[in-house]
Amino acid sequence: MEKFTRLTSTAIPLDIENIDTDQIIPSRFLKATDNKGFGDNLFRDWRFQKDGTVNTSFILNNPKYNGTILIAGNNFGCGSSREHAAWALAGYGFKVIVSSFFADIFKENSLNNGLLPVQVSEAFLKELMELVTSSPKTELEINLEAQTISVVNTALTEDFDINSYKKMCLINGYDDIDYLLSNKDKIEAFEAAQTL
Amino acid sequence: MKKTLFDKVWDAHVVNSIENGPQILYIDKHLIHEVTSPQAFQELEERNIPVLRPNQIIATADHNTPTQDQHLPVKDLLSRNQLQKLSENCEKNGITLYELGHKYNGIVHVIAPELGFTQPGITIVCGDSHTSTHGAFGSIAFGIGTSQVAQVFASQCLLLTKPKSLRVTVNGTLKKGVLPKDVILYIISKIGTNAGTGYFCEYAGTVFENMSMEGRMTVCNMSIEMGARGGMIAPDETTFEYIKGKEFAPKGTEFDKKVAYWKTLPSDEDATFDKEYFFDADQIEPMITYGTNPGMGIKISETIPTLDDASFEKSLNYMGFKAGESLLAKPINYVFIGSCTNSRIEDFRIAADFIKGKQKAENVTAWLVPGSKQVEAQIVDEGLQTIFEAAGFELRQPGCSACLAMNDDKIPQNEYCVSTSNRNFEGRQGQGARTILASPLIAAATAIEGKIPDITKYYLN
Repeated sequence: MEKFTRLTSTAIPLDIENIDTDQIIPSRFLKATDNKGFGDNLFRDWRFQKDGTVNTSFILNNPKYNGTILIAGNNFGCGSSREHAAWALAGYGFKVIVSSFFADIFKENSLNNGLLPVQVSEAFLKELMELVTSSPKTELEINLEAQTISVVNTALTEDFDINSYKKMCLINGYDDIDYLLSNKDKIEAFEAAQTL
Repeated sequence: MKKTLFDKVWDAHVVNSIENGPQILYIDKHLIHEVTSPQAFQELEERNIPVLRPNQIIATADHNTPTQDQHLPVKDLLSRNQLQKLSENCEKNGITLYELGHKYNGIVHVIAPELGFTQPGITIVCGDSHTSTHGAFGSIAFGIGTSQVAQVFASQCLLLTKPKSLRVTVNGTLKKGVLPKDVILYIISKIGTNAGTGYFCEYAGTVFENMSMEGRMTVCNMSIEMGARGGMIAPDETTFEYIKGKEFAPKGTEFDKKVAYWKTLPSDEDATFDKEYFFDADQIEPMITYGTNPGMGIKISETIPTLDDASFEKSLNYMGFKAGESLLAKPINYVFIGSCTNSRIEDFRIAADFIKGKQKAENVTAWLVPGSKQVEAQIVDEGLQTIFEAAGFELRQPGCSACLAMNDDKIPQNEYCVSTSNRNFEGRQGQGARTILASPLIAAATAIEGKIPDITKYYLN
């Protein structure tokens, strides 16, 4: 897994709540047997019209906005457990998703792919969304070590929570398989102790 | 320390705890399917790690399979390749696979319970969010991503932080015509689609105690639609009776020993929950959804609420509905009875009971998709097929089908579909398709009338 420590970037504001993983990557694109290429179909039915032409009113198609941070409305990533959603966001180039609330499975899938979900307060999200929408050149800084998200050259900043184990994994580029396999003796002892 | 059902099962599966971090949780059973497993197999292969416990895994092909002509080669090349990959991976790793056409094939959350693979007190995972279904037996069952599928392959464990506890209690007697689907749609409409995020939910009260296993599965299935990773119902005689005699169920004294253990699982009387909700059965009526998430539900007789919110407006706009309007008598051209929520024999009995002697409306295309080969066989054996065909309904072969429209079973752009599935997200049943979630009874009645039925005229007067 790619390491993550610190990131400074402009951001794309996607002011919609309850974005489910079917929107992030529709089911008809889940037929691949590897995890490459999903970025091409990220938000497919919002980015493109049914005839395949670009939907110019969708924010990802607005040339004013770019960057590796996506700012999205409350309850991001709900619905299907498809990890293809995290692959699609990472494949498109996002490194960080900022929202006031993430669905559980999506959050785990992101962390397992080095894509950092940054959960902020409703008020901070609103402020960020408005600021970035009106000033697309606004830069945000995410510091994982310090667990802060800040607007560069302003006093606007907020702390965010992350599980200390997951933080260690991201900073070092470790994944759970390494850790679990290092506990194999404990796992086998657990199995041997089962009586029912 | 008083323990909840969830605590008891969880605590019995903790292998080790990391200080200030997650716990290593042992996974008893792992269900896999063609869509979310290939990358996990690939990951292990690349790292030269073997599958640790292949005998604790079962595989089925369900998400990306046709529901017609299953005896012929799958036409879509990408789908055929994905199915082929599953067969190869299972064969290479010694995993039991119920492939297309096998007598045990079907939707993963339908076949595991009907084979007795699902049992109380165990931990079950699957790369599918509706794994919560199996919680109906008093097991801890939840959906995982593909990285986690690989973790379970490698270690039969997951690294998890213990979720908080939530209990939803519904007491009383359900009105006639109110089904388990209505109960869960009602609950989600009241508490919202993220009320359960970070929690594991227990359903308690007389409504669930009196429910069949099929009904309990419908309820637990949709726990994820309120954000909860899983839902559970305490195992009781109904549970034991359902499991007894199933293919992989323990037999003889082994079964009795298990039952004695299962009886210790219900939450202690004074156990406390981090969050609780209470509802009365007599408040619940047949439900339908009007928006693009499962929390946007109303009683079928109610009107769409008015809300000053951009996401709400976007949703109504997609559905082509207006705030304040009633959906009764809205013309509907598509009806789907199926999915891991409502494709068990009980669901088809309910539909058949209503349909018997009636004719499908001419404007309607009505697909009935059984959850498994076993359900399909039961439909034939019980004579339900004759009823469906006489009424003009199309009985298809098992699979996830139009619930997620990965195969050819797609609802056309802008068309409404009254569906017994679990998600009404934009495009879920096909690009531009508009889904209205409902019970199998409402779905059957919609197909007969060709419009959203005033179901109360049949049942509640």
